[in-house]
Amino acid sequence: MNSPLIQARGLIKRFGDFTAVDGIDVDVRAGEAFGFLGPNGAGKSSTMRMIGCVSPPSEGELRILGMDPRRDGPRIRARLGVCPQLDNLDTELTVRENLTTYARFFGIPRKVARARAAELLEFVQLSERADSKVDPLSGGMKRRLTIARALVNEPDLVLLDEPTTGLDPQARHLVWERLFRLKQQGVTLVLTTHYMDEAEQLCDRLVVMDGGRIVAEGSPRELIERYSTREVVELRFTTDEQGTYAEKLAGMADRIEVLPDRVLMYVADGDDALAEVHRRSLSPSSALVRRSSLEDVFLHLTGRTLVD
Amino acid sequence: MTASAYVLEYHLVNYRRTWRASALSTLVLPLLTMLGFGIGVGGYVTAGVDGVDYLDWLVPGLIASAAVQTAIGESTWPVLSYFEWLKVYFAQAAAPLRVADIVTGHLAFMLFRVLLSAGAFLLVAAFFGTLHSLWAVAVLPISALTGLAVAAPVMAYSASVTSDSYLAILMRFAVLPMSLFSGVFFPIESLGLLRWVAYVLPLWHGVDLSRAATLGVSPGWDGLWQLLYLLGWGAAGWSLAVRRFGKRLVV
Amino acid sequence: MLTLVLPKLVSFEGAGRRSASVAERNVTALGSAYWLVMLGGFLEPVLYLFSIGIGVGQLIGDIGLPGGATVSYAEFVAPAMLAASAMSGALSETTFNFFGKMKYMRLYEGMLATPVRPIEIALGELAWAMIRGSIYSAAFLVIMVAMDLTTPGRALSAFPATVLVGFAFGALGMMTSTLIRSWQDFDLIGSAQFALFLFSGTFVPATAYPAALRWLVEVTPLYRSVDLIRGITTGTVGWVQALDVVYLLVLLAVGLAVAGRRMERMLCK
Repeated sequence: MNSPLIQARGLIKRFGDFTAVDGIDVDVRAGEAFGFLGPNGAGKSSTMRMIGCVSPPSEGELRILGMDPRRDGPRIRARLGVCPQLDNLDTELTVRENLTTYARFFGIPRKVARARAAELLEFVQLSERADSKVDPLSGGMKRRLTIARALVNEPDLVLLDEPTTGLDPQARHLVWERLFRLKQQGVTLVLTTHYMDEAEQLCDRLVVMDGGRIVAEGSPRELIERYSTREVVELRFTTDEQGTYAEKLAGMADRIEVLPDRVLMYVADGDDALAEVHRRSLSPSSALVRRSSLEDVFLHLTGRTLVD
Repeated sequence: MTASAYVLEYHLVNYRRTWRASALSTLVLPLLTMLGFGIGVGGYVTAGVDGVDYLDWLVPGLIASAAVQTAIGESTWPVLSYFEWLKVYFAQAAAPLRVADIVTGHLAFMLFRVLLSAGAFLLVAAFFGTLHSLWAVAVLPISALTGLAVAAPVMAYSASVTSDSYLAILMRFAVLPMSLFSGVFFPIESLGLLRWVAYVLPLWHGVDLSRAATLGVSPGWDGLWQLLYLLGWGAAGWSLAVRRFGKRLVV
Repeated sequence: MLTLVLPKLVSFEGAGRRSASVAERNVTALGSAYWLVMLGGFLEPVLYLFSIGIGVGQLIGDIGLPGGATVSYAEFVAPAMLAASAMSGALSETTFNFFGKMKYMRLYEGMLATPVRPIEIALGELAWAMIRGSIYSAAFLVIMVAMDLTTPGRALSAFPATVLVGFAFGALGMMTSTLIRSWQDFDLIGSAQFALFLFSGTFVPATAYPAALRWLVEVTPLYRSVDLIRGITTGTVGWVQALDVVYLLVLLAVGLAVAGRRMERMLCK
């Protein structure tokens, strides 16, 4: 029913000999929260910059809000909100001025800009710091201010490039909570992340990227169902040779992954599997049963962990 | 004392990496000023000054002025950035160095830079045959002393501000007027009562002493007082700088 | 679908308006210390005028213009200081500050996520540099009139010429900023600027130089600017000054075109 806000077909971005984005197809529909998940260098940020109309595609088709970014850049950007990976706030201005000046770039009248700045500062809980300069703010506050700045033009589409990278856990949760509120208000969010928990918290639908390509697509739940088991048992052994235990564990799980510091058993019922491990007296130094996550999906798809 | 030598060594090692960037301004700019001003404008000063050719009269002033420029250049942005951006002083303070060692060592490096640029300028001046006496060699210690007289207090100033806007203000409201009205380009006698401002500031004394040296004229007892006056600026500046540095580094 | 057709408060009209919003940002960013820096910028040519024009002028007396007229040395130097200050004002804003915003503050990255385009940033920054430079120039012209170094009428007609000089050097500075790689290169720019300041017919007529140097000097932008403004303030305007105007207009157009294109290449990779 809805025509997609973003539609990409065979989208490619090259920098000289290096292909950062290697032919991806993406559809983002109005009102959804869409994620690009992948490790550093997967091509997420390059994709975001193309969608933000600040980086022309090398090849392929890209339409944003029904327009062509090559021709209609300013028109499209007028309706986007962008929160870049590294904060590029204006350090010579105050918190409030960062919002009001930015609004002027969109041609928003001063009076409206002031009212909206007050509203947004309230929303990101920075009203008390309105007249402070940007530098003394904490990382989390700066990120919230950047998010507020991205909302100043009441965008149809908000792009968030790694919105919580580099933040401490408490600050991350605050950002997530604000983004979730936006989502509830019906704002379309597109975000990149290499945090699984972030993708699971925020995204209705996501694509997993690796090496410039899309390797899987679906909702977090679908992806887990498709590429992993319901539960995971994480075992650590005192010896360095986790691998020798893997052989002994064979047949006890759907799949076994050996990581440098632990062995993962993919099973339907974790407690059963763990009991079986103990019965065979393999005696791990520690054991943990948890639910499968997108981390496991990524490990399955690429054979690598996401954050290293 | 040896501890300041270590600090000096640090700055010298650093300079080995960056000297090329400053070589241009150290050598070429004075040369250009001499050509453009001394010879260009000098050609129109047909009567000379005090019975001396304008170029010969101007050159010692330019050397003293170049010494001051170098001293100011080294005691402003580098000092601010060692506090604010590069945090070099804080790293030094974490080593077993006293604040006075840090100040003295850096100041010694600044004087080294002053001597380099004064020396280079002196050679060029000799090449153009503007030096009238062997006493011209005395220009080197005079430049160092003049450099000290401005570098030390300016170092204290740079340690007291946190934004480089204040350095720009110093350049425009203090350094530029001083350079233009300290008898480098024209005799300060024509300034009227304003010449007393030039007497108070260090540059004029450096210019006057240098001029006496390159023209081979005895400065008389006045010269001794001028030397002591410059030393006074240096000593007062040094103790002020140590105090300002202490405020920032020892908390 | 509703969000797609709802009228937005956002307007698309006019590169002019968007450029103005870039200049507006700079006005908002003015700190308290900045006003002092600005006063200093105004003071600089005045100090030179008093030191060289009057101080050294006493040693020189009168000086002959290329056209044959004779003026006092202060009258000769004052328009040159005016041109040089229009140059340095425009260059300081469009080299050092502009480069810092582009490379280190990543300010333009944020602006480009909005409808503002690279060329509009360039225009906005240039307009801002010009507002500042024009205030300096106007104040200096007032001083020239007060010191009887020119007439009020000539000062009025010299004003647009100083604005043109500022625009041309602003565009040149911006072009240079997009071409240089690091802060170290600013040493070169500073030295080049100083050389221009000394040799552009500022303190002595270009006819005083050897023939080869003289021709080299006469094609530099500052020489053309000095020639234009001196022609107006001393009342000796001729066809050469029309040539100066064309020269500066070409410089402006080329500088802006290159700067806009280079910014697009650097920021929109």
